[in-house]
Amino acid sequence: MAYVAVKGGERAIRNAHAWLAEERRGDPAVPDLGLDQIREQLGRAIDRVMAEGSLYDPDLAALAIKQAQGDLIEAAFLLRAYRTTLPRFAHGRPVDTAAMRASRRISAIFKDLPGGQTLGPTYDYTHRLLDFELAENQPPPDAPRAAPDASPLPRVPDILGREGLLEADGPADAEPGDLTREPLSFPAGRDVRLQALARGDEGFLLAMGYSTQRGYGGSHPFAGEVRMGEVSVEIEPPELGFAIDIGDLTVTECQMVNQFKGSKTQPPQFTRGYGLVFGFSERKAMSMALVDRALRAEELGEDVTAPAQNPEFVLYHSDNIEATGFVEHLKLPHYVDFQSELQNVRRLREAVERREAAE
Amino acid sequence: MNEQPIIEARGLTLSFGTIPALRDVDVELYLGEILAIVGESGSGKTTLLNVLSGQQQPQSGIVTYRDPAGAAHDVHAMPAPMLRTLQRSDWGFVHQDPRRSLRMNVSAGGNVGERLMAQGARHYGEIRTQALDWLQQVEIDADRIDDLPRTFSGGMLQRLQIARTLVTHPRLVFMDEPTGGLDVSVQARLLDLIRSLVARLGVAVVLVTHDIAVARLLGHRLAVMQRGRVVETGLTDQVLDDPRHPYTQLLVSSVLQA
Amino acid sequence: MKGYNFAYLDEQTKRMIRRALLKAVAIPGHQVPFGSREMPLPYGWGTGGIQVTASVLGENDTLKVIDQGADDTTNAVSIRQFFARTAGVRTTTHTAEATVIQTRHRIPEETLRENQIIVYQVPQPEPLYRLEPSRVETKRMHALSDYGLMHVKLYEDVARLGQISISYDYPVMVNERYLMSPSPIPAFDNPKMHQMPALQLFGAGREKRIYAIPPWTDVRSLDFDDHPFRPINAHQPCGLCGATDSYKDEVITDDRGGRMFVCSDTDHCERRRAAA
Repeated sequence: MAYVAVKGGERAIRNAHAWLAEERRGDPAVPDLGLDQIREQLGRAIDRVMAEGSLYDPDLAALAIKQAQGDLIEAAFLLRAYRTTLPRFAHGRPVDTAAMRASRRISAIFKDLPGGQTLGPTYDYTHRLLDFELAENQPPPDAPRAAPDASPLPRVPDILGREGLLEADGPADAEPGDLTREPLSFPAGRDVRLQALARGDEGFLLAMGYSTQRGYGGSHPFAGEVRMGEVSVEIEPPELGFAIDIGDLTVTECQMVNQFKGSKTQPPQFTRGYGLVFGFSERKAMSMALVDRALRAEELGEDVTAPAQNPEFVLYHSDNIEATGFVEHLKLPHYVDFQSELQNVRRLREAVERREAAE
Repeated sequence: MNEQPIIEARGLTLSFGTIPALRDVDVELYLGEILAIVGESGSGKTTLLNVLSGQQQPQSGIVTYRDPAGAAHDVHAMPAPMLRTLQRSDWGFVHQDPRRSLRMNVSAGGNVGERLMAQGARHYGEIRTQALDWLQQVEIDADRIDDLPRTFSGGMLQRLQIARTLVTHPRLVFMDEPTGGLDVSVQARLLDLIRSLVARLGVAVVLVTHDIAVARLLGHRLAVMQRGRVVETGLTDQVLDDPRHPYTQLLVSSVLQA
Repeated sequence: MKGYNFAYLDEQTKRMIRRALLKAVAIPGHQVPFGSREMPLPYGWGTGGIQVTASVLGENDTLKVIDQGADDTTNAVSIRQFFARTAGVRTTTHTAEATVIQTRHRIPEETLRENQIIVYQVPQPEPLYRLEPSRVETKRMHALSDYGLMHVKLYEDVARLGQISISYDYPVMVNERYLMSPSPIPAFDNPKMHQMPALQLFGAGREKRIYAIPPWTDVRSLDFDDHPFRPINAHQPCGLCGATDSYKDEVITDDRGGRMFVCSDTDHCERRRAAA
């Protein structure tokens, strides 16, 4: 059979997209998924996509999730690509998590503390038994109500800090770096490291954080505080000269308290690990705090021995959009290079055969 | 011997926190000469070696190197690329642990040839011939040339490191306890080798050791260090046969008689 | 395309990329970090090349996009459509007609001219990455011209295998100063880079590096005097046009070991057949 060069790449792509659209829709007899349903009832997926997409917009996240058929990394990719096109008109002031309207606030290091321990809508104490009643779409019973507690919620680091037991945080007036504008370079400051972790893959951070608890690096962490709730976003337009509130974000914040041996010149203090993530994302915030602390190993005079302590290893591999792009690019044609390798191997084998024949 | 020292240090001072490692140290070395620096651990001798070779910055004092043209260079004011070039060609550094300078996943031949290639050698056959020659000079069997250092004994690794260092005919070599951690008989053989190579090549050597016997065998001149200071210095035989400083006397008297 | 700037990127971003390109052209072979943006195509699929092309493309340009030497491979089609939609520029499959050529893994057979720009898609800009994964380390090596790691690798190849065994992404020395990855083009294509009349630009989006070779620059593949660089290619002629000096793909034609060799550069092959 004579060889005819294969053509029709364009048509193949069009057909693939058409098939994808049908797959995405699924059985037409089943009602189409509404974005409001995704936004309201798949909140944890929304939160993850916003965090890794680095864009706080629950409606866009819902659209991305629908378009990606539930593939959350694909959905985060959609948000990132969209984000690239958005103009920037202001920088927000740092959110004040001390003023958070917290739905949830717990501390593992104090039995009780000012503001109290508030469980919030947590999965922590659920029994992981599949609840078949959920399949029947009955409304849940009304939860008991009480007046919101307006008492202040001092941050645990501030409580410890008053006695000098916890190291102070770094200077707050320096201009932070921005990974979305400038490429990562080393040594990477803590601001850039935290930014990378905040948008990093939850699974990767979970594994890295877990590794520190199992002996790969590790700093005896305690969950000083986890709080989740709404914070205000404020900007200060130059024309006004004062700050205005432009909206709210739901964020989860985790303060890990870790041990540090003092030196002859420095009395011992606890050290900090910090996590801050969009949405109700406790697993990620806690993992982030563990990894943040691990990456401070060199700064704190500890030996860098474990992967989680190696900034190049963690920061170059934490972005799942970069990772999935490169892993999956292996599907692209590589036959030209493979052809070179084939010829190379054939040539080397011939050389071996010639040598053996000569002996 | 030249009139001007090939390397000279004046007033070197360095502390790690509150611990003084070097206190106002002066040192000089002439081409073709071996200077042995002796002292117990903590005396500052390794720190002195690191400061002389540009790897550690002193807090005060100056290290001056004279290049083949006779021009003097402040080692710690040199631009990094220039220091790097020196360290790769005119200078050599033999570490106590050969694994620190050898590439353990590269063959013996590759290890010896690397400095030649770094200087622009581009003929594989010639590089290999020189590597074979050097393996022979350090008494490593020629048919080990393609073997990985992983398969070498401690003494062989050290000899390979010496070959790798000397292949570019450096004028100045720093040695940090080159026989440390080796069997006595292996040490003796290695010391003999170092002595004959250095004499033949006319290299200047700064040798750090805690072992008086090594200093006596190799060193033309001796500097005795105690707690960051050079307490006595002079021709090796003179210092060891007639030590003036109490600390030198202590060191000499505590050496087991052969 | 409604709501998007010409060639997708906003003008600030293009300016930032062009500044990086100018710096790269001024220091041939040196990797310049740049603030790579997220693009609608995945990292690893040509985002670096796309950002470079988007930054140099103008309304009057004619664009050719190839992958593995062919205009019709799926990713080349996808990228060409991207620019057709976002820039509306003329596109072509003919090398001679193009003013900008974006390529993955091949250099066209036809010698490029002074008024052409070739943009390479680069997955891994660091030529030393397999020998030293740390970027902090490789950055120092480039700064100090400390390429011992690469030299010993080549020595080891000859010692173990009798020859240098790199077949693609074969490292080159640019302007006698910087060690550079030519991108995963087959070693066969390396000689085309030497003293090329066209401007060569390299974009690595995921790794966020840009580098360049200005026209008429020395580019030498690393080798030994007594083991000179030898490009690898199938010795069979093209089964369609008969060419003996073009790079060829091996096509399996049946399940009994039947095979034929065909020019990888589809435009080159078509024109040879048309001229015959």
